[in-house]
Amino acid sequence: MEKTRGKVSGIVSNLVMVAVEGPVAQNEICFIDLDGTKLMSEVIKITGNTAYVQVFESTRGLRAGCPVEFEGQMLEASLGPGLLSSNYDGLQNNLATMEGVFLKRGCYTDPLDMEKLWDFVPLAKAGDKVRAADWLGEVKEGWLPHKIMVPFKFQGTYTVKEIAAAGRYTVKDTIAVLLDEKGKEHAVAMMQRWPVKVPVTFYKEKPRPFKLLETGVRVIDTFNPIAEGGTGFIPGPFGSGKTVLQHALSKQANVDVILMAACGERANEVVEIFSEFPRLEDPRTGRSLMERTTIICNTSNMPVAAREASVYTAMTIGEYYRSMGLRVLLLADSTSRWAQALREMSNRLEELPGQDAFPMDLTAIISGFYARAGYVTLNNGESGSITFIGTVSPAGGNLKEPVTEGTKKAARCFYALSQARADSKRYPAIDPIDSYSKYLEYPEIIAFLDEKLGKEWVPMVNEGKNYVLRGKEAYEQINILGDDGVPVSYHDRYWKSELIDFVILQQDAFDKTDALCPMERQKYMFGKVMSICRKEFDFDTFSQCVDFYKELINDFRQMNYAGFQDEVFRKYEAAIDRKVAEKEKQPSSVRP
Amino acid sequence: MQNNKAFQRIYTHLEAVTKATVTVRAQGASNDELAVVGDRLAQVVKINGEHVTLQVFSGTEGLATDAEVVFTGRVPGLKVGEDLSGRFFDAYGRPIDGGAETDGQWREIGGPSVNPMKRKQPSQLIPTGIAGIDLNNTLVSGQKIPFFADPDQPYNQVMCLVALRAQVDKIILGGMGLTNDDYLFFKKSFENAGALDKIICFVNTTEQPPVERLLVPDMALTAAEYFAVDKNEKVLVLLTDMTLYADALSIVSNRMDQIPSKDSMPGSLYSDLAKIYEKAAELPGGGSITILAVTTLSGGDITHAIPDNTGYITEGQLFLRTDSDVNKVIVDPFRSLSRLKQLVIGKQTREDHPQVMNAAVRLYADAANAKTKLENGFELSDYDERALAFAKDYSANLLAIDINIDTTQMLDRLWEMFAKYFTPTEVAVKQQLMEKYWPGKK
Repeated sequence: MEKTRGKVSGIVSNLVMVAVEGPVAQNEICFIDLDGTKLMSEVIKITGNTAYVQVFESTRGLRAGCPVEFEGQMLEASLGPGLLSSNYDGLQNNLATMEGVFLKRGCYTDPLDMEKLWDFVPLAKAGDKVRAADWLGEVKEGWLPHKIMVPFKFQGTYTVKEIAAAGRYTVKDTIAVLLDEKGKEHAVAMMQRWPVKVPVTFYKEKPRPFKLLETGVRVIDTFNPIAEGGTGFIPGPFGSGKTVLQHALSKQANVDVILMAACGERANEVVEIFSEFPRLEDPRTGRSLMERTTIICNTSNMPVAAREASVYTAMTIGEYYRSMGLRVLLLADSTSRWAQALREMSNRLEELPGQDAFPMDLTAIISGFYARAGYVTLNNGESGSITFIGTVSPAGGNLKEPVTEGTKKAARCFYALSQARADSKRYPAIDPIDSYSKYLEYPEIIAFLDEKLGKEWVPMVNEGKNYVLRGKEAYEQINILGDDGVPVSYHDRYWKSELIDFVILQQDAFDKTDALCPMERQKYMFGKVMSICRKEFDFDTFSQCVDFYKELINDFRQMNYAGFQDEVFRKYEAAIDRKVAEKEKQPSSVRP
Repeated sequence: MQNNKAFQRIYTHLEAVTKATVTVRAQGASNDELAVVGDRLAQVVKINGEHVTLQVFSGTEGLATDAEVVFTGRVPGLKVGEDLSGRFFDAYGRPIDGGAETDGQWREIGGPSVNPMKRKQPSQLIPTGIAGIDLNNTLVSGQKIPFFADPDQPYNQVMCLVALRAQVDKIILGGMGLTNDDYLFFKKSFENAGALDKIICFVNTTEQPPVERLLVPDMALTAAEYFAVDKNEKVLVLLTDMTLYADALSIVSNRMDQIPSKDSMPGSLYSDLAKIYEKAAELPGGGSITILAVTTLSGGDITHAIPDNTGYITEGQLFLRTDSDVNKVIVDPFRSLSRLKQLVIGKQTREDHPQVMNAAVRLYADAANAKTKLENGFELSDYDERALAFAKDYSANLLAIDINIDTTQMLDRLWEMFAKYFTPTEVAVKQQLMEKYWPGKK
């Protein structure tokens, strides 16, 4: 097909106007030729013969008249074995194979290793009827089974004519020949391409999430659980422990594949991920975490249009792995930077602005993106999922700004990182009162939790939340009226909430044992703490009450650091039981 | 890039003139290219067919529509070389110290960014002698960190002090909207310290047009990249005042009819600031660029768009305030933060550093609570009284910016204070450290 050509007619920063001499499509990719350097760009608006394109690179030195060539396709990601443990920029260039210290513009590198041989095992056989995303074969990527699928772009039903025998192939080698309905032959390689802005929907259905995704973080699993295939977001004022929490999630979440989209964030933070992830041990397999991780990074100083693309690139890779029946966790940090990229372009397009100069359709764009996550049942009956957790960086810490508001409508879990908690070193700094999980109201999730943890679990979680809330109220009263100005019962109420805070909500991410708390253990500990919260105690003075709970907290924390049900654990548990029995109000002493 | 055109293109009819920009009908102009309008330097900011809009750095006062526009075929750049050392330049890189033009290799300013995979993790401590920094908010090479200060704080003096004490190969000052007095202060301090040979200054003073400021950080960082990347040197870049830089950005975006976002700042403020700050890096060859900046606040308000965006980009901030109890300027331990300190404290400093630092800040917080109690008319406990006494001592003899001792001395001084005001259980650091360092137990 003849490619459409054009010439640059105008430039404002990274928005370029192109006079075109043929048909162009919205979101089509084009290359602007600046004295031999090709700059990748995307069409974002068309009026008459003028296409407005956003350039993914610096436009310095660009002139009116520079020739432009349109590619006839949208921005696409390359999908195939070798994605895992790679480090990409927002346009999926492999950063490891880029030359030089600086990122030279117009340099693009292959996302996948074209030479590497993969051990292919066929799953389909000649004569099989197949559709897009059906599994043809499998290779081992690290230790994960990587399914080779019928390319997503194939429409309709195909018949397998030939399939390669088990053996070693590169991603470019033909591993199958498919016949379409008209009998035409199509060669299939292990690598395929897919436009990043189009959701991959080749599955049978997308039910409401119904499974709990275990993260080993108590304040999440117990108090605000996220579902497998669910969505959540973390608004983090700077310095509130967002990064540590993200690391904990990626390390511990019960998923197969981790995708980190570092979108418009600090380069030194990305360097930290680069240097730490290969060293982090996967607590479930004992291998390097990097083996099942892909990092897509577009740091804040990299071109802004590519920042917008980076989250879509990450999501597309996620959908690819989901189609293989794997569980994917996608972390995007931060979606506010992505929204700001949208704002910059909207501004240059001179669109009428919405609130805070963001584009009018910001909420719709955010919801559309969050909607690509989810738990799906594949055509062959298997299941896969993308759990998506985005962070937002609210301007001035104000949660009423458009990105946070828009995200609130789309995401089902909200993990409010609180500055006050961070300041008093109560980590993870997830605020127990402001945070929520809508999944706790899902009948599907409640049924799942009932079966896994018993029918009393969900009511107990809600009861626990109530204790925390009442404790906070009591604390405010104590602060206003003074320690002696309130009845001892106020102190008791406050310290019960502190007990929950210190034992359940707080967790030491740097302690090997405490960092990962399995659901079984969470159930035991929470049940134990709640049984104490429900008791009434005899205190003569408020300081007796304070000392009592401080001792309990100390014993409980030692329990948290000990192996589950081991000797030390039981020793401290016995001490707690003894102290509780001593102080517990006897029925006879209850006054009428 | 075509930087060497055989012919110069000259146009003589201005189509439009605004306060900061002119539009001329011209052919072949390239984006970001420099031109001379009349006798003033200008840069292409918008091309619409043959209509080329230029931002005139020094303003358009008195420009006539028949002014000559000469396109230079070059983007803004700087000649880099060893010659730069010890020199003072204006925002365009022209000498202002009476010396000769420098010679060297021409480099465009505001060039591409470092491949994040090629960066090294920052790991070298930069000692300053100021306990509010070294002890609580340790500076690390490759870090970018601003001073957040109200205009009445002595931020330039503190920054100058830090720069002169830091063990680095080059100090590059980018002054934006510096008062002439402050410029002379820097010049004199550098001279007095006998450090001129490792200093390079790019200065835009308040006497010069504000839009020129936009070139200063890029000039300073281009010079920094030369020394850090080509020469593998440790470079410290001082940028003061980034709030005035951001103000200049908003002036230009306003003249170009862009829709302002929060606090009348351009929507691209985050990216604009990030492009500058992210030049800070630990480089594979052993060189590094560390950026120390100043962001002036209005009434301590950190929710304003400039400090807010800055906070999301930089690796912490150093917050200056006057402690009225001891009548000294201190580095506020609550609102200051160095995100990279974990990489060095307790590793390149004594083992007790992290614990002792946290304990001191916690006790200082107890003192703040006691103070609130006092103000609200509650009675103080014995502990409260001791905490308050500690806070005064801590503030005057450690947090104050006029302290100059090394980290080990800081830690020793803290242990003495702990022993003077508290019991070991109140300090609550690891037993093992307590036994080793508690005065009298040694």
